[in-house]
Amino acid sequence: MKFGTEIVLLGLFAFAAFVAAGFGVDEPFRQHMWVLFLVLLGFTAILLRNSNFKPAAPIDPSAYMDGPIRYGTIATVFWGVVGMSVGVVIALQLAYPQLNIQPWFNFGRLRPVHTSGVVFAFGGNALLCTSLYVVQRTCRARLFGGNLAWFVFWGYQLFIVMAATGYLLGITESREYAEPEWYVDIWLTIVWVAYLILFLGTILKRKEPHIYVANWFYLSFIITVAMLHVVNNLSMPASFLGSKSYSAFSGVQDALIQWWYGHNAVGFFLTAGFLGMMYYFVPKQANRPVYSYRLSIIHFWALIFLYIWAGPHHLHYTALPDWAQTLGMVFSIMLWMPSWGGMINGLMTLSGAWDKIRTDPIIRMMVAAIAFYGMSTFEGPMMSIKTVNSLSHYTDWTIGHVHSGALGWVGMITFGAIYYMVPKLWNRERLYSLRLVTWHFWLATLGIVVYAAVMWVSGIMQGLMWREYDEQGFLVYSFAESVAAMHPYYVMRAAGGAMYLAGTLIMAWNVTMTIRGHQRQEQPMSGAAPALQPAE
Amino acid sequence: MSNEHIDEVSGVTTTGHEWDGIRELNNPLPRWWVITFYVTIAWAAAYTIAYPAWPMLSSATKGVLGYSSRNEVKSELAAAETAKVRFVTAIQEKSVSEIAADDALREFAVAAGAATFKVNCVQCHGSGAQGSKGFPNLNDDDWLWGGKADQIQQTIMHGIRFSADPDTRMSQMPAFADIITPEQITQVSAYVASLSGKVKDSSLVGPGAKVFEENCVACHGDNAKGNREFGAPDLTDAIWLYRSGETAIAEQVRSPKHGVMPAWLGRLGDTKVKELAVYVHSLGGGE
Repeated sequence: MKFGTEIVLLGLFAFAAFVAAGFGVDEPFRQHMWVLFLVLLGFTAILLRNSNFKPAAPIDPSAYMDGPIRYGTIATVFWGVVGMSVGVVIALQLAYPQLNIQPWFNFGRLRPVHTSGVVFAFGGNALLCTSLYVVQRTCRARLFGGNLAWFVFWGYQLFIVMAATGYLLGITESREYAEPEWYVDIWLTIVWVAYLILFLGTILKRKEPHIYVANWFYLSFIITVAMLHVVNNLSMPASFLGSKSYSAFSGVQDALIQWWYGHNAVGFFLTAGFLGMMYYFVPKQANRPVYSYRLSIIHFWALIFLYIWAGPHHLHYTALPDWAQTLGMVFSIMLWMPSWGGMINGLMTLSGAWDKIRTDPIIRMMVAAIAFYGMSTFEGPMMSIKTVNSLSHYTDWTIGHVHSGALGWVGMITFGAIYYMVPKLWNRERLYSLRLVTWHFWLATLGIVVYAAVMWVSGIMQGLMWREYDEQGFLVYSFAESVAAMHPYYVMRAAGGAMYLAGTLIMAWNVTMTIRGHQRQEQPMSGAAPALQPAE
Repeated sequence: MSNEHIDEVSGVTTTGHEWDGIRELNNPLPRWWVITFYVTIAWAAAYTIAYPAWPMLSSATKGVLGYSSRNEVKSELAAAETAKVRFVTAIQEKSVSEIAADDALREFAVAAGAATFKVNCVQCHGSGAQGSKGFPNLNDDDWLWGGKADQIQQTIMHGIRFSADPDTRMSQMPAFADIITPEQITQVSAYVASLSGKVKDSSLVGPGAKVFEENCVACHGDNAKGNREFGAPDLTDAIWLYRSGETAIAEQVRSPKHGVMPAWLGRLGDTKVKELAVYVHSLGGGE
């Protein structure tokens, strides 16, 4: 019977959630278990409706398994729209505090919905689906483990739903980028180990003699995130039927563990993983070889060796001992060139195809992504220098830095990959509209520029106001005055974010129409004449 | 390299591998990249010799420059203290009214008090000391507990209705819902409102005055001008701590709010409290 085991297991888990909803020791936990129960019940119902007793159609073991990748692509676009919309909402809440709706939709609860929404739901799904797309094609092997990929995909979506609803209900561990409580963490661990097995299994059964560089990056991302997630979330639940747990660490050790995790979430999730994406989709879209194999080896090993030590730079001038601060800073400085190795390899791959920046909006998107990657991986080491950090720390400058990386690098390279994959995954001749891609590109680029520039100004202003002393050595501004001074920048920042979101909505429309098989009749992009193609 | 291959566009050999149509050129590492990488490594090595860096068994290397962030803070604070020591010693020795009378000292104390105010007081009293609902405006000359410098100092030192401090300023207006009838509350509220403005139903004012005389004069005084000994507010000046209007007054009569201000002496110390008192006294309403 199709879905027989799945239906039984889902039903059992739904029942367990129902029992937990009844016996939970605290109100938020009981509410959260109701959410889980309803989600699992809904899934059980959907599977029951799609079940039948016909023998399953035989699977062609030589064909690539693209079902989970199609779903993952749609999930990426969907969560991108959700996460970025919440971002615009919280940006407006900072500018206009009246928009805080208590208690579920106040800034404190919505902010992790935004950060987890864009990092783990949008970025995570993008990594999940592109890694499965890339690993099959560069290994010439079908995904390992039968339906394991489906488990990983749906299990990950369940994690996202449980994390987001938990935040809104007020359930949080208060650990940055790792707010979900212990039971959601355990579920993510299970899903993530399954993902590792799926990815590694596919590499092991590859038909190519060598492992392609994109897969090194994807694999380092999967392994390191597993380690980071487990260590950072070591905690003891107050009750096994409750939503509260206590961290295994305390004081400055806890802070260091959190930033070891937090910084490497940036390093291995948002950098290494997306470099994997770059190493496949840029050469494919440009139809050019990767610039330097040697550079890819050296910068890969240098990057993963150095990144893992850089976390303490988030704790400059705190209770963290001086020696740990020093090491965090010097490792960040040494990280500059290994990071730029990826930028060089990405950009120089276009040598011989530079004209495509003019003619191909998807290449333009990827090039912009690599440029923003280069800029934020220069800005990062610079901000880790203690003297710079004493001005930038705790200010909006940091927020601007994160967003030029997240919107510029992570967002744009993902958009490029999606535009590349969608026609291939659904067997369409081309995208619905390349002109809409151009619109998306300009809206996104302008949005980032507005966002980052505004945050630089407001962050530096904020830092200067906080450290302003008069000639007698007394503080000049109260904190509230620095908050009031930021209002116009907060409004402009929301406008920049809204532009970026508008671009993403255009992409959602373009992708939807492509999947539905439409092609917009439009003038070809100017300069796209066949004569300008590189000679073969 | 069994299948040696040359990329025609660049003329560079590839590594010979191919994955899904992707090849890799065998370009060397860019020279400037390698050199910059080595420079950052050399700089990092030098920095870790100069500054505390390498963890050993029980402590870490101290660095040849002998730097420590705690010592840096200590010496910066000490330098700031030394710069101020002349004024601070004088403030310690003198009373607040003496400080206020000395031009140079007052100027210093106002600057110092303003800085302390920005960190500790603005959360309730506002950046401009303008107050808000439930938190008095400190710029006007309407004082609940007295507007002389030493009275302000007393308030800051021990707070208001702050149970942890035995010397705190204490008073508690009773909840009149248990003492007089609802009708009397309406009347007395109309009377109090009439002292500083118009009321809707002037027929309530007469009986209200009688209720006031029987119940309120003990603290608020015959003329409703208040009594600073009990922190009883002046009811005739149209300045309201909570809200104006008969309804708000009636609410306060029925079940009064008793605002709390913490005692600051333990947290800020004598000198800072004196500076704050001089600063608040200087805002415009000081007596």
